[in-house]
Amino acid sequence: MTESMRSPRGSSEVAVIGGGLVGLCIALGIQRQGLEVTVYDEGDIALRASRGNFGLVWVQGKGDNLPEYARITRLSAKLWAGLADDLTQHTGIDIQLQQQGGLFVCLTESELQHRQQMLAAMAQEHPEGYPFEVLDLQQLREMMPDIGPEIAGATWGPEDGHVNPLYLMHALVNRFESLGGQFVNAGKVNNIVPQSGQFLLQATQGTFSCNKVVLAAGLGNKELGPMVGIEAPVSPNRGQVLIAERVRPFINYPTGHVRQTVEGTVQCGDSKEDVGLDTGTTTNILAQIARRAITMFPLLKDVNLVRSWGALRIMTPDGNPIYQQSEQYPGAYLVTCHSGVTLAAAHSGPIADWIATGANPTVDLEAFHGRRFKL
Amino acid sequence: MVEDLSFKRLPCNERAAVEIVVEGRKVIAYEGDSVAAAVMHAGLRPTRKTALSDVGRAPYCMMGVCFECLMNINGKANIQACMTEVREGMVITVQQGARELVGEIR
Repeated sequence: MTESMRSPRGSSEVAVIGGGLVGLCIALGIQRQGLEVTVYDEGDIALRASRGNFGLVWVQGKGDNLPEYARITRLSAKLWAGLADDLTQHTGIDIQLQQQGGLFVCLTESELQHRQQMLAAMAQEHPEGYPFEVLDLQQLREMMPDIGPEIAGATWGPEDGHVNPLYLMHALVNRFESLGGQFVNAGKVNNIVPQSGQFLLQATQGTFSCNKVVLAAGLGNKELGPMVGIEAPVSPNRGQVLIAERVRPFINYPTGHVRQTVEGTVQCGDSKEDVGLDTGTTTNILAQIARRAITMFPLLKDVNLVRSWGALRIMTPDGNPIYQQSEQYPGAYLVTCHSGVTLAAAHSGPIADWIATGANPTVDLEAFHGRRFKL
Repeated sequence: MVEDLSFKRLPCNERAAVEIVVEGRKVIAYEGDSVAAAVMHAGLRPTRKTALSDVGRAPYCMMGVCFECLMNINGKANIQACMTEVREGMVITVQQGARELVGEIR
């Protein structure tokens, strides 16, 4: 990173701890409000969901247990095109946003029925409307001719889409730095000391001060939060991903389990495992992922796989984000979620504005306070 | 097809000759040759066209890592030529762009 050539400034108006998608989006948004922002990143050893994720901008089904989560997700999906345009226009990097809708493919009738019930219940909770459609196999085949015969159907979400998360990250760093932001490879932040309205960050590579601090360190927030009086009971949940060779486009919409990138690469995933901080892969899970993908798209049967990896989701006990300012140390904020891609536009927009100016977003952030875990 | 005969065989233990077909042309290779080595020795360039920009490529790492040597071997697309040994009568063609799935099975 070119930034390491410059020596990092000792103090900033706002410090963001964590240089993943969440931290970068928030840093970029706060910077737009005219504040001087520094992102402190642990470095390449960081457990980085931003690098291992599936790249979906996904709305359907999110927030089935918390209407505000559904609202902020949909808000972000609406703001996404603006974020993508801004990044592409100013960095020249095409982050490959495609938002023409997405499908959640169900293999069995009961799976489809269960999903239909969940989305119907969500629609009840959202008087503003909650668009979705249930498709049987024939209707699904009209949209995706190469879907397999042993499929019950799918649910369609018109607001869903996908993006290239690596280009997104690259573009965010470029944009942030071009606007004067500093991205500092600080090593681990070991301690945060609140000090007469300021915060002192003691990192492996130096000590820095700031007026406001935003904790966006993913799983690291669990340790960092209590230093500023915020509980963040996050735990890792591993997802494994299979990458197939580039083939001519045949999957025209992203699905919850399989998507095809602009380049033709087929990405398969959506396993969930509680295995601590292990980012490895296992044959049996990869086999399950492959089997489901082949049932969905039989054409994949003979396709070569070129890569696989494991990455850790950052999960709260109810799966929903935490957005919280410290009551004990005002000026300290914690942000955590497991959908850094989907929520990118909310983070760089209304959430960043809330942190920078105190402006309340249209979605009530009270619902995301960590106190809900103490009840 | 560009002919480039810059590769020469070094002396080694005697091996049985194997006849293969490279882009419709009969070529003599030797048992134990990889397809990548055999087609390079036969002067075939490029050995594939890239999936996105249709640019010519040829074998590079020769050890199964870089995927530059993908070819169509006996009708199967995107096979790593450096990891495949020649067999009598093998039919080898240049991999033209991204693999086409539609129509392969449907």
